[in-house]
Amino acid sequence: MNLWSYIIRRLLYTIPIILGVCLIIFAIFNLTGYDPAAQLLGKHATAKQVAEVRRELGLDKPLAEQYFDIVRTAFTFDFGRSWTTKQKISDMIREGAGPSLAVTLPSFVISTVMAILISIVVAFYRGKFIDRFLVVKFVGMMSIPSLAYILFFQWFFAYKLGWFEISGFERSFPEFLPYVILPIIIMVVLSIGPDVRYFRTVILDDIYQDYVRTARAKGLSERVVMLKHVLKNSMIPILTYVVIQIPFLILGALLIESFFSIPGLGGMTVKAVFDNDFPVIKAMTILSAVAFIMFQLITDVLYTVVDPRVRLK
Amino acid sequence: MEKKSKSLWYHAWEGLRRDKVAVISMSIIGVYFLLAVLTFTGIIGSDWSQAIGDSYLAPGSKAFFGTDIFGRSVALKTLKGVEMAIAIGLITAIISTVIGVILGLAAGYFGGKTDEVLVWFTTSFSSIPYIMLLFAVMMVLGKGTQTLFIALGVTSWPGLFRLIRGEVMRHKEREYVQAASALGAGHVRKMLKHILPNVFHIVIIQFSLRFQTAIKSEVILSYLGMGVQGTPSWGTMIDDSKLELARGVYWQLSAATVAMFVLVLSLNLFGDSLRDALDPKLKGKA
Repeated sequence: MNLWSYIIRRLLYTIPIILGVCLIIFAIFNLTGYDPAAQLLGKHATAKQVAEVRRELGLDKPLAEQYFDIVRTAFTFDFGRSWTTKQKISDMIREGAGPSLAVTLPSFVISTVMAILISIVVAFYRGKFIDRFLVVKFVGMMSIPSLAYILFFQWFFAYKLGWFEISGFERSFPEFLPYVILPIIIMVVLSIGPDVRYFRTVILDDIYQDYVRTARAKGLSERVVMLKHVLKNSMIPILTYVVIQIPFLILGALLIESFFSIPGLGGMTVKAVFDNDFPVIKAMTILSAVAFIMFQLITDVLYTVVDPRVRLK
Repeated sequence: MEKKSKSLWYHAWEGLRRDKVAVISMSIIGVYFLLAVLTFTGIIGSDWSQAIGDSYLAPGSKAFFGTDIFGRSVALKTLKGVEMAIAIGLITAIISTVIGVILGLAAGYFGGKTDEVLVWFTTSFSSIPYIMLLFAVMMVLGKGTQTLFIALGVTSWPGLFRLIRGEVMRHKEREYVQAASALGAGHVRKMLKHILPNVFHIVIIQFSLRFQTAIKSEVILSYLGMGVQGTPSWGTMIDDSKLELARGVYWQLSAATVAMFVLVLSLNLFGDSLRDALDPKLKGKA
C-alpha cells in the first residue's frame, strides 16, 4: 500500500475515535445526572438562577445538541471560560503550556536517554548480578508512591539543604532554571524505572531472535551484535513508546507542578479539581484525549516509515 | 494404566515454590491479607481513633511510631490502613477484571460487528488519559470511599480487554473448542467453560498489576481531596504529612510509605514470578 493512502486512511480513522471520546465525555458529564449549575451556585440558589446557568452552559438544549457541542469543542478548542478565574480556557492553556514544557521536556529527554543507556547495559549483562540488582532496584523505586517522592525531595533538598527553590516560577530564561531543576530531577526519578523495565523487555525479546544467533555465528563480537543489530531493531518499539508520551509532556506533571507552584497545565488541572472547576476539567479531558489520538497517529505513521514490514499488512 | 498429565497450573505452582523471591513475596502478601482481615473484623486496630498522648509525639517508648496531630498512634493508623489498601486493591481489581474479561471474551469470541464496536469503544475510552478519566468520574460521582472504588475500577479495564480479546481470537478456532461445539455446547458454555480457563493466566497476572496500581492511585486521589474518608488510609496519611514535614514530623510519611512500599514491591515481584511461571512463551528463557 502506498504510504500516502495509508496516512489518509489512518487520519480518517481518527474521526470515529474522536466522536467516541466525545460520546464518553458526554456520557460522563451530561448523562450521569451531574448538575454543574447546582454545584456552581451552591445550596441557596433559586430555581431561576439555576435555570440561568443551565442555559449559559447549554444544558437546556436537547441531548443531541449537547453532544455536538462537545464534538465542536474537540475541533475548535473553544472551551468557554473557567468558573474560578473567569479567563478563557484556551488562553489559560496557551499560557500554561510553556511552564509545563520547561519541566517536562528536559526530564523527558534526560530520562529517555538514561533509560536507553541503562537498559542496553542491563540487557548486555542479562541474568548476571548487575542486571538482577538494577531490575530489583527499579522495581523498588516504582513501589514508592509519587507523592512520597515529591514530599521528601522537596523537604530534603529544597527546605532542609536549601539547594533549590521550594516553589515558584519565573517566566524568563534563565531565571526560571532554579525553580525547575528539582521538579525535573523528581520526574526523571519517577519515570526512569518504568522506562528501563519496558526497554529491557524489548531488547531481551530481540536477543532471542534468529538473526541474532546468525550474527553471533558469523563470529561478531557481543558488542557489535548488541549495538548494531539488536539495538537497531529494538529502537522501533522504543520509538513508539517514546513518541506516545509527548502529549503527556504538554499536559504537564500534575502533582509536581501543583507542589512547586509552577503555573503549567498540570497545576492548572489539579487546581481545577480542588475548585470543582467543571469547564476546565472537561476541557483538559477533551484536549488530552485529542492530543493522545494525534500522537497515536504520528506514532503509527512513523512506524510504517521506520519499519517497511508494517506497510505490507 | 492411566496417568493424569500435569496441568499448567501444577507446573506453575511447582515453579513458584522453587522460586525464592516468589515464596517470600507471597508470604508477605499473605501477612498483609491476614492483617486486613484482623483489622476488618475489629480484632486489632479498632482503637486507632483514640488519642494516646500529645499531638505530634516523636517515635519512642510512649508511642512506638509517634502520634499524629490529634495524638493518635501512627502505628495503629498504619495498621488500620492495611485494611483500606487491601480493600481498594481487591475491589477495584475485581471490577476492572470483570469488565475486561466479559468485553474481551465477547469481542474475541463473536468477532465481526460485535468486535468492531467493542474495539472502537475501548480505543475511544483509552484515548482519554487514565488520570483525566479518573478526575472526571470522581467529579460527577462525588467524593467518597465507594466512588473511589468504582472510579478506579471502571477506568482501568482496557489493557485486560485487549489481551483477552487477542488470546480468545487465537483459541476460538482450536480443536478443543470445535469439539465442544460438536458436543452441542452453547456460546456461553464454550466461552466460560472452555476458553476462559485457557486464558485465565492473563487474568491473574493483570489482576496483580491492577491491585497495586489501585493502591498507588489512591495516594494521588487523597492529595486531591478525593480520598478515603472516615477511616485511615496510607494515601491520606502521606497527604497529611505535607503540612508536617516542615515541623520535622516525618513519621506519618515514613510509616505509610514503608507499609505501602513493602506491599507494592511484594505484589510487583510476585507478579513477575507469576508471569514467568504462567506465560509459556517465556518458558526456557533466562
